[in-house]
Amino acid sequence: MGIIQELSESLQRGDAGKVAELTRRAIDGGLDTKTILDDGLIAGMSVVGERFKSHEIFLPDVLLAARAMVAGMEILKPLLVREGIPAIGKVVIGTVQGDLHDIGKNLVAIMLKGAGFEVIDLGNDVSPQRFLDAAQKENAHVIGMSALLTTTMPVMKAVVDLAKERGVHGRTRIIVGGAPLSADYAREIGADAYCFDGTSAVECVKKLLGRS
Amino acid sequence: MQPFRERLARPGVLLADGAIGTLLLQRGLKAGECPERMSLERTEVLEEIARSYLEAGAEILQTNTFGGSPLKLAAYGLDGRTEEVNARAVAAVRRAVGDRAYVCGSCGPSGRILEPYGDASAELVSDSFRRQMKALIAEGVDLICVETMTDLSEAVLAVRAARSLSASVPVCATMTFDSTPRGFFTIMGTSIEQAAGGLDGAGADIIGSNCGNGIENMISIAREFLKHTTLPILIQSNAGIPKLKDGVPVFPESPEFMAEKGRAMAAMGVKILGGCCGTTPGHIAAMRRMIDASRRPDGPSRATPPA
Repeated sequence: MGIIQELSESLQRGDAGKVAELTRRAIDGGLDTKTILDDGLIAGMSVVGERFKSHEIFLPDVLLAARAMVAGMEILKPLLVREGIPAIGKVVIGTVQGDLHDIGKNLVAIMLKGAGFEVIDLGNDVSPQRFLDAAQKENAHVIGMSALLTTTMPVMKAVVDLAKERGVHGRTRIIVGGAPLSADYAREIGADAYCFDGTSAVECVKKLLGRS
Repeated sequence: MQPFRERLARPGVLLADGAIGTLLLQRGLKAGECPERMSLERTEVLEEIARSYLEAGAEILQTNTFGGSPLKLAAYGLDGRTEEVNARAVAAVRRAVGDRAYVCGSCGPSGRILEPYGDASAELVSDSFRRQMKALIAEGVDLICVETMTDLSEAVLAVRAARSLSASVPVCATMTFDSTPRGFFTIMGTSIEQAAGGLDGAGADIIGSNCGNGIENMISIAREFLKHTTLPILIQSNAGIPKLKDGVPVFPESPEFMAEKGRAMAAMGVKILGGCCGTTPGHIAAMRRMIDASRRPDGPSRATPPA
């Protein structure tokens, strides 16, 4: 088995120590940074996402894999910066104002990072102003919003409205997700897409940005 | 009123109440506000909700303490008032129902993920449950319900916390399962068989499932529990996945529909029925009628349901 395949599989097992070690060895062995990222780390995380989606594995496995991804990325990041390899897109993400539930949002952030996106996580209870301020400051391609409560869903519309008001909607795409959400609701409030889960969020953002 | 354990040992289905959060929202709780704050500021609302469920025929009334653990209350800066939040919620239900129904202290998840997957130590989570439960027991709950759990380790810590405080208080423990191609699992990967074994082992008196994705799944979940335990089973389903109607979320399952499915579960041997998110006194009243109608005329006598 090649080192890249081994890297991907160690990440899938959530073995952070092994992922760090293999990432170092791959770099020392002169392997291309982009190959290590795409075919090792991102490929591994993509398998994790698919297996979680099909209920073959559960949240604990995803959390361990995400930790292993971070361990690899920490080593790889300086090289990516030095070689000028950009993230495939920038996403500002958060749970909307009034809502403190962040497990779903964190999962989407994990999957997006795992797919090579730069993710700016604003945490939970994020006001429409904070979403837009961050998106404008960071020049984000996408704003991702999460809500678990039926009562906080309307805040999503306020974010879309504010994005229109500031003239960034269209340039910055808006995606929404969360247990009580639906594609209908996303359409109703003028968001660009509804994402059922972390894996579909990755597919959806890639499609919106024309990177799939 | 006979002690809860004696009532539990007698034949016949017991009826618990329905949603509290859904009713609080109808009564002015704002999006994102701490539901437990109602216990500090508007106990009359809690009394009114308990009375409406009592009138609907519920015999077990839950307290507004789902998020009453200090770990949860901390998000609203209310952890310093844990004892007060829990005691006042119990007192409100007790004032409303007197000794006509059992008061059940609700304990939801800590909201934290346990080590090694998350950053919360078992000790931190355990202490948090213990502090909440101590207040509930001191105020005189008839039983405690650990509910909506997805991590068996956390549920076990909660059940053990209750047991460490009182050898006698009856403890229910329910988990929330998703339907997968390989059967039912919580998002943390706990199967029904594992839940049944783990919760029984921790000292729970009643086990089962709550919330979820509608009552039809609950019939399969109940069947699976019955295969793996001899303990009494509690099922509190939500009223389905909410759909949006004119921008307002509406729960699709009607009182009649849920009562009909409840009848099937009672026939299978489920001991306690009730409702979760989206269920109302109307749902509980329909279940009451179903339970009373399916009582055999020659069956053992039971307390007359509250009028």
